[in-house]
Amino acid sequence: MRVAKLPASPESLRERFGPHPAYIPPGGWRDESENPAERLVKTHCCFCGQQCGIQLKVRGNQVIGFEPWEEFPFNHGMLCPKGVKRYLQGGHPDRLLEPLLRTTDGFRAASWDEALEFTARRLREIQGRYGKDAVAIYGGASLISEKSYLLGKFARVALGTRHIDYNGRLCMVSAGTAYKLAFGVDRSPLPWNDIEKAEVVLVAGANVAECAPITTDYLWRLRDAGGKLIVVDPRMTPICRNADLYLPVRPGTDLALYMGLLHVVLREGLENREFISGHTSGFETVAESVRAWDPRTVAEKTGVPPEAIERAAHMFAGAKRAIAMHARGVEHQSKGVENCLALINLCLATGNIGREGAGCTMITGQGNGQGGREHGQKCDQLPGQRSIADPEARAHTARVWGISPQEIPQAGYTAVEIMEAIHRGEIKALLSCCFNPLVSLPDANFTREALERLEFFGVVDFFLSETAQHADVVLAGSLQEEEEGIGCSAEGRVIHIRKAVEPPGNAKADSWIYCELAKRLGRGEFFAFRTTREIYDELREASRGGHADYYGITYEKIDERMGVFWPCPTLEHAGTPRLFEDGRSFHADGKHRFVATEWRESGDPVAPDYPIYLTTGRVVSQYLSGTQTRRIGGLLEQYPNPLLEIHPRLAQQYGIADGDWVRVSSRRWAITLQAMVVKTIRPDTVFIPYHWPGDRSANLLTHRTLDPRSKIPEYKVSACRLEKAPGRPEWAAREGRG
Amino acid sequence: MFGYEFYVDPSRCIGCQSCVKACEECETHRGKSMINFDFIDRGETTATAAYVCWHCDEPTCAMVCPADAIKKGEDGIVQSSLKPRCIGCSNCVLACPFGIPKIIPEYEQMMKCDMCYDRTSVGKRPMCATVCPSQALAYVRPEEIARRREKPANVFYFGRQRVATQVRMMVPAETASVSLDVLDHIWEESYVAASQSR
Repeated sequence: MRVAKLPASPESLRERFGPHPAYIPPGGWRDESENPAERLVKTHCCFCGQQCGIQLKVRGNQVIGFEPWEEFPFNHGMLCPKGVKRYLQGGHPDRLLEPLLRTTDGFRAASWDEALEFTARRLREIQGRYGKDAVAIYGGASLISEKSYLLGKFARVALGTRHIDYNGRLCMVSAGTAYKLAFGVDRSPLPWNDIEKAEVVLVAGANVAECAPITTDYLWRLRDAGGKLIVVDPRMTPICRNADLYLPVRPGTDLALYMGLLHVVLREGLENREFISGHTSGFETVAESVRAWDPRTVAEKTGVPPEAIERAAHMFAGAKRAIAMHARGVEHQSKGVENCLALINLCLATGNIGREGAGCTMITGQGNGQGGREHGQKCDQLPGQRSIADPEARAHTARVWGISPQEIPQAGYTAVEIMEAIHRGEIKALLSCCFNPLVSLPDANFTREALERLEFFGVVDFFLSETAQHADVVLAGSLQEEEEGIGCSAEGRVIHIRKAVEPPGNAKADSWIYCELAKRLGRGEFFAFRTTREIYDELREASRGGHADYYGITYEKIDERMGVFWPCPTLEHAGTPRLFEDGRSFHADGKHRFVATEWRESGDPVAPDYPIYLTTGRVVSQYLSGTQTRRIGGLLEQYPNPLLEIHPRLAQQYGIADGDWVRVSSRRWAITLQAMVVKTIRPDTVFIPYHWPGDRSANLLTHRTLDPRSKIPEYKVSACRLEKAPGRPEWAAREGRG
Repeated sequence: MFGYEFYVDPSRCIGCQSCVKACEECETHRGKSMINFDFIDRGETTATAAYVCWHCDEPTCAMVCPADAIKKGEDGIVQSSLKPRCIGCSNCVLACPFGIPKIIPEYEQMMKCDMCYDRTSVGKRPMCATVCPSQALAYVRPEEIARRREKPANVFYFGRQRVATQVRMMVPAETASVSLDVLDHIWEESYVAASQSR
């Protein structure tokens, strides 16, 4: 590791701020028998875009356990281990209970007055010296929509900077960009109940069992009803055991595969001509673009047998109703948008959209991954999924905000671009909420260097993440269950997050923190919110008339209907579970657009010196950068440290046995991990989960190549080389491993 | 719960261990999980198996208990050992054909899945089957399970021992019982003929 500019030694920071895994509920395992919960709060899990309904057990001002919420229609009480153990964040010893200011030897507690005044003064000074755009805001896709909305408004109205983006940039933007190009709107076009109504479901680059576990039940019900399952993945993930067809695609070659499927469909005349001519545009160009992608050519590129490509195309096109579901596997690539478009093209050519049990859909990953990107913390969007470049959208938003349209800055940089602008000295100050870029951005050494160049770094968070350790000021914020609000699930269902408890100690609600900061920046009149409900009412108004129209959705309506699907333009409107049922897209001409795709190589190609594909992803027991889940003992013990998944054939070439220490080097850096030798991965590929920091971090190896349109990093394709390590690395000694 | 049955289907299991974590949250044994969970052979496959107690009609664990500490209730549920009687001898642990009972050293007592007696007796489903994301563990009405591809079976043969259980195993349709002895799968004549010709 390069030397980090931290205020104190990593050991002393860890001693004070953790992560300390909590294994036992507040008060002990037997405590609840003697002191039962006083109430059950019906709300949703804070982890992942499935947004499962859950009831939190509350006593006093503490969450002490959970109870399944069986009436909630999405998950019927089902929960993954993260949901089961999420309650252990309540009363966690690492919780930040007061604002912190950096000192020469660590952090000291500060009053809110001092911390807020310091933050506002530094932001003012830096903007005064370098201009308004010298300050950037980072938001998080796990925040409730009220906070996301507030952050967008804060950046544009309180600070007047154009640079605000969020960690959903690392998650959903390739899909969002593709759906906007094809359909004019960024949302799953179908509700999850459609899955079992299909005859064929193709799951593309989605480890459903571990990253969207509840969706597994939907897939198994599809099979019970006689439907067929096709899975495309370089790894044989748990759902592949029950797949009717498994296509082991080489990392980064998905585009060739989906162009190949369309090639076969058109060659065999299996396309839906009536749908194509009645409801779409651009078909001829796309048909031309796939002409060269015959199964043999595709097989050479992807490593998928030509017969399997033929069979998949026939299964998909032969079904009356087919669904293609995709996630980060296809989206985390420098051609992530094209990958999604190729799947959309396949669905459009076969007439699979706007009907029950048919369509193309994305599996949104982060807690409020859908809602968090709709209302203004994305660099190029205003509330309601409006384009910031659109004069009408600017006028509408400015009217709601009470400012002139000219005051709204134009689009700024995306998340990775912001870090690059910090690195080259263009952006001097960063205020970050619920984002841990040191673990989650690619090329972690670059991120660390950039953080060290900041003149001011402020953080709003509830735990001191690895990134927050570099901050000048840490404003102790709130957990999901500490503020009332809404979120939007992967289905497009707007749900109600109920407040279960107050922030503990001297921690504050995030929304209060931003309103107070705005006040101290002299813009208090635009942030006179007393409750998140007041923020939500303004959000409804701001979204009104946009694609993501929330005007007709109130907290009460969500409760009555167990969620409402947007768009929902009026209070009487029942919501829109399935999009495009009238045969029209959200484009002005109502047509669904075929968009042609073109093959490109990965930004970090395998070559003789780096001959192996490296792909990264998640495990079921951890969430994103692990800031929360590495603090929960029961989750940490399930998968305590990253392992290197490697096929026995590849392992043998390097003399690697299961449990051996292996040095993995990329063009950026090298880390040493233990091998997990499994036949469930392609023999030209290794896999590392990315939830860990420091010298165990997969993102020390990944690269900063972005998709040119969505600006998503290419986490799923890097080149690496392997060598057996002489012994266990320093981190393993520290963590007591091996 | 009246009219509900417990079904186990390892083919659905995705190895998430939600059941293991949720069982630990159950009131009567909070902090101790009673789920038996295994990766079958991770090097070869992602296949995993999560099992609860099968609650046998004639529980082997109770039959071999020298202290008469293991009781089956009228509802068919085989309970953890009775604390005053259990001598911690592990006979039940060794004898159970499914490998379910566990000796908890700090309690000096055998504990096992009691199918969330505290929950099912008040109209709630067992914790593991409620949370299971793939419904590999399911506590549902028989008409609901009838919609599945696989069919329930509850007779197992371990050598010559026939074990009928309350919890049902989902097996390929047309299979009424499950034998875990290879001999039961061999065509005996050919086996005998082959051995005689040697």
